[in-house]
Amino acid sequence: MSGRIARAFTRAAREGRAALVVFVEAGDPSLEVTGRLLPALAEAGADVIELGVPFSDPIADGPAIQRASERALAAGTSLANVLDLVARVRSGGLDVPVVLFGYANPVLAMGEAAFASRAAEAGVDGALVTDLPPEEGQEFASTLRATRLDPVFLLAPTSPPRRVKIVGRMSRGFVYVVSRPGVTGVRADVPEGLEDLVTRVKAGVGRLPVAVGFGISTPEQVAAVARIADGVVVGSAVVLALEGAVAAGEDPVVAAAALVRRLAAATGR
Amino acid sequence: MAEKFVVPEADAAGRFGEFGGRFVPETLMAPVEELTLAYAKARADASFRRELHGLLTTYAGRPTPLTEARRLSAELGARIFLKREDLLHTGAHKINNALGQVLLAKRMGKRRVIAETGAGQHGVATATAAALMGLPCVVYMGSVDIERQALNVYRMRLLGTKVVAVDSGSKTLKDAINEAMRDWVANYGDTHYVLGSVLGPHPYPRMVRDFHAVIGRETRAQARKVLGGKLPDLLVACVGGGSNAIGLFHAFLPDRQVELVGVEAGGRSSAPGEHAARFGPGRVGVLHGTRTLLLADEDGQILPTHSVSAGLDYPAVGPEHANLAALGRTRYESVTDDEALAAFHALSEKEGIIPALETAHAVAWVLREAPKRPGSTIVVGLSGRGDKDVPSVARLEGLEGVAS
Repeated sequence: MSGRIARAFTRAAREGRAALVVFVEAGDPSLEVTGRLLPALAEAGADVIELGVPFSDPIADGPAIQRASERALAAGTSLANVLDLVARVRSGGLDVPVVLFGYANPVLAMGEAAFASRAAEAGVDGALVTDLPPEEGQEFASTLRATRLDPVFLLAPTSPPRRVKIVGRMSRGFVYVVSRPGVTGVRADVPEGLEDLVTRVKAGVGRLPVAVGFGISTPEQVAAVARIADGVVVGSAVVLALEGAVAAGEDPVVAAAALVRRLAAATGR
Repeated sequence: MAEKFVVPEADAAGRFGEFGGRFVPETLMAPVEELTLAYAKARADASFRRELHGLLTTYAGRPTPLTEARRLSAELGARIFLKREDLLHTGAHKINNALGQVLLAKRMGKRRVIAETGAGQHGVATATAAALMGLPCVVYMGSVDIERQALNVYRMRLLGTKVVAVDSGSKTLKDAINEAMRDWVANYGDTHYVLGSVLGPHPYPRMVRDFHAVIGRETRAQARKVLGGKLPDLLVACVGGGSNAIGLFHAFLPDRQVELVGVEAGGRSSAPGEHAARFGPGRVGVLHGTRTLLLADEDGQILPTHSVSAGLDYPAVGPEHANLAALGRTRYESVTDDEALAAFHALSEKEGIIPALETAHAVAWVLREAPKRPGSTIVVGLSGRGDKDVPSVARLEGLEGVAS
């Protein structure tokens, strides 16, 4: 409810395009690189940044993001120093909304209330905790809302109308629709039935913007999803671009920004 | 008559007190709910119970005997009984749950089963049940465990199961569970995930416990018979996730006078990463879909664990155990790798029973504790046989020059 997320979606809609939500893992390959990366992604056209908080056991993630988590943890990344990083880039003038994306245990270890106040202070705009579904995330969501942070929840193709409604009530900022069963990763196609799914979700969540992710990696896929959703999430493809650049001895920030620029050009309707 | 303990049952959200629940991504909520409904239906269905009972008696070898360990008893000064789950088909208690879940998978119309395994016992049990019921099976196993449990890997392959090596993280049980959950979330339309312990999101902790509760029911009746209508003073079982322990304990929970002790892996030392003893240094957190006691660092990252026994080498404990401990009904102790190895030898030499290294932890604690309780009656959950561990123990002792 900092309003930054809502404004980003409104602005994109006004410009006749979907908002581009870009996921990167904080601390992959180092927090120093992430610190340079965030402004570069914003500059390249990311409307919202989903900043992954690494966890030792990321059950919802495919191989690309698993490797990124392992690299980030090996580089000493923790939830606390991710929050410090956000504070640093915010004071450096970063204006793009930042949503933390992670797993429950690091948040519980810090304490939900401590997490919320420290995140708000750092300039974080929202949080999505993958393994806190609405049933288990009631208290967390209200703590976030009370701290003026946007709780973001996932919906899946299998979420029944009842759950869509609950998620619509509990979420702020936007709702994240998982395009297909399975884990995060790069896929070649856009799943059939996605348009129906997005229509169904939109009908259930009121005025909240709906972003679609999981398996979206190319400008063509971005264009296809942009026609039906308010936002498009790209994660593993960006993570792989970073990984590839590091392996090739190139600047990962330049490589990721170049990819995001191509993706951003495909968000028009 | 002592006052009865009121046994807490999982509520509709799968909570045992503050533990349990369903901490899974939205993508897993549908399969978890489907399973909850299917299991509730099966549990209430006499034909399901009859079919499972038939498999347990005519295929798996239930009931298992309660053996009095006479030489150990004479030496320790207490009456020691062994609940012989090692005599079950496939050599461990795991088959109770595997048969139950694969039977349930068939009723649900699933055409494929997957499982994780640590020591390989649950993998072998699931592979066996899948072969029996004609379902293809894939088992995920950490590459470190594949190395130290080579015999069980080959057994699974003989049974027609595909064993997939997991190379991420610590390459042990927790990573195998991560990978099985990823498979399930992508394939739940036709796939059932046969989780092997009282862990994971609801309904697993309760369902797996129900399938193992037969251990305690039999023990209760058998003990009463040999003890002239009395109950034993103490039950002891090893605890990784805690399936054999909860199976043994459950029928005795109301009887406060029966002391219940779970034995965890103390590993090499109490330093972080060197053991798998969750009670004590453990924190309340969330792993693999459940809120429970687990080993994590102050940033909430799950710590690596160590145990000489692959089946106890896991950072979290089942939520029902965490709750029973919080209520003071059960308590948990740990023994070191060395104590477990000594018990492995002791039971082999004194009783002619080679226990699994997991099971040897429970035996080790009894060796330490029984002399302090002269005349008491103690039942040890003999959860599995040790054939699978013989090569690694021989190697360990050969390398360290301990073998005589």
